[in-house]
Amino acid sequence: MTPRRKRLLLVGGILVGVATATTVATFAFRENLSYFYNPTQVTDGAVPRGRSFRVGGLVTKGSLHREPGKLEVRFVVTDLNRDVTVQYAGVLPDLFREGQGIIAHGKLDPSGVFVADEVLAKHDEKYMPPEVAQSLKHKPNAEGGGT
Amino acid sequence: MATWTWFHRLASPPHVYRISGAFLPWLALFTALFIGYGFYGGLVLAPPDYQQKDAFRIIYVHAPSAWLSMLAYVTVAVAAAVGLIWRMKVAHAVAASAAPIGASFTFLALLTGSLWGKPMWGTWWTWDARLTSELILLFLYLGYLALRGAFDDRARADQASAVLAIVGVVNIPIIHFSVVWWNSLHQGSTVMKLARPSMPGSMLWPLLSSLLGFTLLFAALLCVRLRAEIIDRERTASWLRPIVGAA
Repeated sequence: MTPRRKRLLLVGGILVGVATATTVATFAFRENLSYFYNPTQVTDGAVPRGRSFRVGGLVTKGSLHREPGKLEVRFVVTDLNRDVTVQYAGVLPDLFREGQGIIAHGKLDPSGVFVADEVLAKHDEKYMPPEVAQSLKHKPNAEGGGT
Repeated sequence: MATWTWFHRLASPPHVYRISGAFLPWLALFTALFIGYGFYGGLVLAPPDYQQKDAFRIIYVHAPSAWLSMLAYVTVAVAAAVGLIWRMKVAHAVAASAAPIGASFTFLALLTGSLWGKPMWGTWWTWDARLTSELILLFLYLGYLALRGAFDDRARADQASAVLAIVGVVNIPIIHFSVVWWNSLHQGSTVMKLARPSMPGSMLWPLLSSLLGFTLLFAALLCVRLRAEIIDRERTASWLRPIVGAA
């Protein structure tokens, strides 16, 4: 074996070794690497108990309820399978609207309501001009509309 | 093996110095053209987004910076591997020249993302998989540069930093696929995926032009830095004397 070949194998070996180690590690920490849980995991009890975590999903249309004269809001987050009610007192981000994806950080209270201390808006990868979005709204079956 | 002549000639510092000098004006010209159209088309001609309004226009800087942060790292890692395996000094010079450019683009990607994140997501920073892996990339660059600076002997600096660069390359697929593999706050890819881009042509063409323009900018900056690096490394060589004068 020439020295060059040896060095080639060494570099290849380092790469394969590090890649394998990283793959194993990321699989082991899969749960922790996910930024949020979805409502199905919440209702199935697959979320940490008594600890803060994040829940993400779409805000159900027509579910936003605001206490008159207060910052407090209540809305339902869904993954189109299960729903979780979220209660939050604070400023909502610009992109927050019904039908839009959001991620809330907080705790489940005993009655199953998620009490959030932070609400972030999740944007999707779709971009379009306002006119296109308008015309898609009138054709409910058109692809690419909404989130 | 005649097909490998071009590769073997790249091991020659004077040859690389000459061709990088010849490419430079062309790279600069096309960089200006593509970034010019990309920015004009993206910031002026493209319509606002239906949800983000004008704030989406940061994509014309953010996405190319993020792309370059990864491309520059792969350049460093490949050059470092070639330098290690074929003992090619010019390859080590390429790795050393590309790293600070890549670190700058990484910083720019994190900065523009943060500026966009505050109004859109509601936070400057969060420990989401995409954001965290991109921050790790910045630390890899800084670690690479620090390690390189820690050696007085250039040959040892080349070798030690090359190993770090090669090990760090596993982070690149993690950054790209972080939004696919795990639930994340950061949205998925709009352009860099197998499916059709999720963007109309009026927004997409300036973005593609900006991506290409940034790539050419990287190549141009790399040529400038590589030429300086070669002069520094070869300062005692006789071929340089007519170029830099009798210093």
